[in-house]
Amino acid sequence: MEMQKLYLLVPLAPLVGAIIAGLFCRVIPRWLAHTATIAGVATAFVASLLIFQDVLAGNTFNGTVYTWMTSGDYTFEVGFLIDTLTATMMLVVTFVSLMVHIYTIGYMQEDPGYNRFFSYISLFTFSMLMLVMANNFMQLFFGWEAVGLVSYLLIGFWYTRPTAIFANMKAFLVNRVGDFGFILGIGLVLAHFGSLDYATVFKQAPDLANVTINIWGDAQWSLMTVTCICLFIGAMGKSAQVPLHVWLPDSMEGPTPISALIHAATMVTAGIFMVSRMSPLFELSTTALSFVIVIGAITALFMGFLGIIQNDIKRVVAYSTLSQLGYMTVALGASAYSVAIFHLMTHAFFKALLFLAAGSVIIGMHHDQDIRNMGGLRKYMPITWITSLIGSLALIGTPFLAGFYSKDSIIEAVALSTIPGSGFAYFAVMAGVFVTAFYSFRMYFLVFHGEERFGKADDAHHHEHDGDHDDEEAAHDHHHGLAPGQKPHETPWVVTLPLVLLAIPSVVIGYIAIEPMVFGDYFKNVIFIDHHAHPAMEQLAHHFHGAAAMGVHALTTLPFFLALSGVVLSWFFYMKRPDIPAAIQRRFSAVNTLLENNYYFDKINEFVLAGGARVLGTAFWRGGDQAVIDGIMVNGSAKLVGWVASISRLFQTGFVYHYAFTMIIGLFVLMTLWINRA
Amino acid sequence: MSNYPLLSLAIWIPIVVGFLVLATGNDRNAPMARTLALLGAITGFLITIPLWTGFDPANGGMQFVELSGWIPRFNINYHLGVDGISMLFVILNAFITIIVVAAGWEVIENKVAQYNAAFLIMSGLMNGIFTSLDGILFYVFFEASLIPLYLIIGVWGGPNRVYAAFKFFLYTLFGSLLFLVAQMYLFFQSNGSFSILEWHKLPIDLGAQIWIFLAFLIAFAVKVPMWPVHTWLPDAHVEAPTGGSIVLAAIGLKLGAYGFLRFSLPIVPDAAHELSSLVVALSLIAVVYIGFVALVQADMKKLVAYSSIAHMGFVTLGFFMFSALGIEGALVQMISHGFVSGAMFFCIGVMYDRVHSRQIADYGGVVNTMPKFAALFMLFSMANAGLPATSGFVGEFMVILAAVKFNFWVAFAAATSLIVGAAYTLWMYKRVIFGDVANKHVAELSDINGREFAILGVLAICTLWMGLYPEPFTQVMHASVNDLLRHVAISKIQ
Repeated sequence: MEMQKLYLLVPLAPLVGAIIAGLFCRVIPRWLAHTATIAGVATAFVASLLIFQDVLAGNTFNGTVYTWMTSGDYTFEVGFLIDTLTATMMLVVTFVSLMVHIYTIGYMQEDPGYNRFFSYISLFTFSMLMLVMANNFMQLFFGWEAVGLVSYLLIGFWYTRPTAIFANMKAFLVNRVGDFGFILGIGLVLAHFGSLDYATVFKQAPDLANVTINIWGDAQWSLMTVTCICLFIGAMGKSAQVPLHVWLPDSMEGPTPISALIHAATMVTAGIFMVSRMSPLFELSTTALSFVIVIGAITALFMGFLGIIQNDIKRVVAYSTLSQLGYMTVALGASAYSVAIFHLMTHAFFKALLFLAAGSVIIGMHHDQDIRNMGGLRKYMPITWITSLIGSLALIGTPFLAGFYSKDSIIEAVALSTIPGSGFAYFAVMAGVFVTAFYSFRMYFLVFHGEERFGKADDAHHHEHDGDHDDEEAAHDHHHGLAPGQKPHETPWVVTLPLVLLAIPSVVIGYIAIEPMVFGDYFKNVIFIDHHAHPAMEQLAHHFHGAAAMGVHALTTLPFFLALSGVVLSWFFYMKRPDIPAAIQRRFSAVNTLLENNYYFDKINEFVLAGGARVLGTAFWRGGDQAVIDGIMVNGSAKLVGWVASISRLFQTGFVYHYAFTMIIGLFVLMTLWINRA
Repeated sequence: MSNYPLLSLAIWIPIVVGFLVLATGNDRNAPMARTLALLGAITGFLITIPLWTGFDPANGGMQFVELSGWIPRFNINYHLGVDGISMLFVILNAFITIIVVAAGWEVIENKVAQYNAAFLIMSGLMNGIFTSLDGILFYVFFEASLIPLYLIIGVWGGPNRVYAAFKFFLYTLFGSLLFLVAQMYLFFQSNGSFSILEWHKLPIDLGAQIWIFLAFLIAFAVKVPMWPVHTWLPDAHVEAPTGGSIVLAAIGLKLGAYGFLRFSLPIVPDAAHELSSLVVALSLIAVVYIGFVALVQADMKKLVAYSSIAHMGFVTLGFFMFSALGIEGALVQMISHGFVSGAMFFCIGVMYDRVHSRQIADYGGVVNTMPKFAALFMLFSMANAGLPATSGFVGEFMVILAAVKFNFWVAFAAATSLIVGAAYTLWMYKRVIFGDVANKHVAELSDINGREFAILGVLAICTLWMGLYPEPFTQVMHASVNDLLRHVAISKIQ
């Protein structure tokens, strides 16, 4: 009983904070808004810690909070499933959220929407917690859409900016494409399992492994394959997998704290979490897993390339996030669910760190985001510099740091995987190591080292946005940049403290957690792997001889040299010989154009999908509704009635002699007929 | 409580008060007319509450039944009753009446008494529709309710109101004449009974069932409205005053859908099964085709009107899959649509009252001058797009889930509304609310006043309540819906 109250407290505490800050956002002072929300999230974090301890002691929970609805034979409930997977996610979400809340005090201090912002991020925390704590598909979908809503609100936080309100609508709609698949997947689950409760569904899953359904013509499809692919389409939307990734780079229009919290650490990993949760279903369909691994591999490699040519500091990190989400997806496809969750966790720490550090740089640069205008910042922003370096080293997989353990495990797992597509995936994740190191350190060197390029008046206003002109007089204009001669400055402690607190797990969490989480019993009853069909994880465990040994061994393996050469090459290109990358850009201008246009995904969506929908709508409206239905059928029948009436009206002239004449004619006709008949 | 003739009171209190309001005469007495109308609406609403609190959810049959002779010569009775299908609509109708009286409070300054009287009388008549168990009584209410709405559009409407009012009247009248013919046939078949419940038991051969079904279909399809007999609705909405649009969307569209459940399915079940694919196809066209049409509308009211048609597509789709989840989902969708579309039309009315335009292009950046309004409008827009935790989600979710079981591709087509519905709603919201202040009209806007806030606030609470805890709504439906499904499963062909 005691624990159950604690479970409820975790999501409700941030909700209460969100309501206080949100409903009264115009009335209450700023300190109250941030105190209320931070208190809520801190409560949730502490409660999550207690629950985590309890779960480690072996106490799991699966129960109903209330019955949402009953209909027919079905019961839809709101309930919690508390196990190691949930507890891990709860800790990650509440910890990163707490850091971001504290950081926001500094980042948003000049913004008129301060209280509203705190309300949104607390509401997000609530929604995300409801998502990970769900014990059924319905509540999962609830949380799924709710985090999408908050993401929409936050991307469009600066609602007078045309780019922001375009980006948030795009994000919502692209996510809705994913949800379209997701809801069909949920429908298939309900139709064939008769329940949306995880435990009930997973228990029945093996019995339904060989069930086929008739989808199109006479072709028989495996139920599991269709269901899993539908569910995974939902994950592709939320976790930004190609081709539904297009919303994530644009989401950088939102304030930086939410880029860290929502678009790097938590919400975008919901898809990864969901597939891991559904491992008892996905394990039954090798086809679906193949699909997963190929999509993940494409995302991991091709989104990494785009990171190389970005000049907006946030966009570099955004493409890096896309690529890392691809890595996690590849791990899912290789049946290495625990490794995916492990990478999700380490990535949450170091990527939140990188985003928040980028935000710190942006504050220091007075809201100039172009890395071409930076350089040499290490002198002025030492804490930001060191923490960024730690984050970047963790990201590229430097041995003994957090990212190394998770990323190396993914590579190993893919190498051992035998499912179709794993060969391509292995190549993609391997090449991705080099690409990641290259773009990460390109950014690192351009920002913190080399020549100081800031404070030059001529280029103080530029922000990488495809051709839009943000109005300078807008209340929350954030594009001023440093004035000539002005120096960047280190940010206040509310900003640097979260950086330091996130840097610590970015260094140590991999070393600590790999053994229990990936190779131990931590996920024993949570994640199901069919070791017979997908033996990669089992084999991987044989190769593992402790975290220290893994780190030492890595120093002689290919990924380490790839990462190292990426770092060295970026140093050579951008610190020593900046003329070389420029020459390459000129030499391979076609490739460059392709990358600068993000492989033309946006243009295709814009013209084919958005344009097509408008053309179709106009055709239905003008052609169908107005021309055919109203023009011919409705007004046409009205005209027909009018025409008949206008003819018959001719006979009703009102003159007696006309009527008399007509009667006489009629009489004659009748008589003639009568006589002829006789 | 059940000693009182609650249903009669629910019908006649608004009508009697409506005539009293009418008696206040010209606009010098407008304050009195408004107050009286509001009191009448509130009383009418309070009287319906015991229908829910005193409702026995285990009983699938008719409750609160009243029966007395009316025209004995033709065996026409004053026969009233509600079951789990109709009960909530009586309450919703009474509730919406309060909303519309409040919505017109400061806005309508011309013929105030007549305006309010029309709404009260219409409210009573529509309660009559939902509670009639006699075919002729139903028909009388069904037709009589056209008149107040016709007047509301024709008198207080926009510049093109006469065309719209005629189109609305003739369209629906055309449909209901066939309905009358079908009733006559049933009267003779049943040896002189107009009891709807008797007709439910009447054996009819398939050929006749098909004809009756088609007659019903045309009558109800016009009212719902279903594609392709929907084109009166956008015109009616555009020309109607805000209150008229609210009632039309919240209650008016439900009358046709209700007819399917009370007449088509139980009286001619075999024809309903036989022709279900026709209705399903028309419903899907409504969802997909109309969704795209809504996308390109430049007039906000037209956009919401088209989105209503798409949402009603889910209702008819839910009915004709013959599953409890589908029918209850459709009923939930109907109630939710009452809250959400009512609120959407009210929001548009709020802006129209200030700027006197419904064109999306005339707005932009409204959030800068009307932040409270923008927040509430956001909630209703999201509900319109079917976001979970709002009532708009529940019905769509249930119908889509039921559709997956029915046929995967039907569900596939229906689920596209997740994308298209979000697209047209949010695109409108973006262009109207977000951005910089677009022109001086927007710059001069004042945020919603206490009355407007109260109306939107109450509707917001209803929307969230139904989204977070729909169980009380579905609970009362189960027994009646299950009875209906059992009944529909048995063939009436002998």
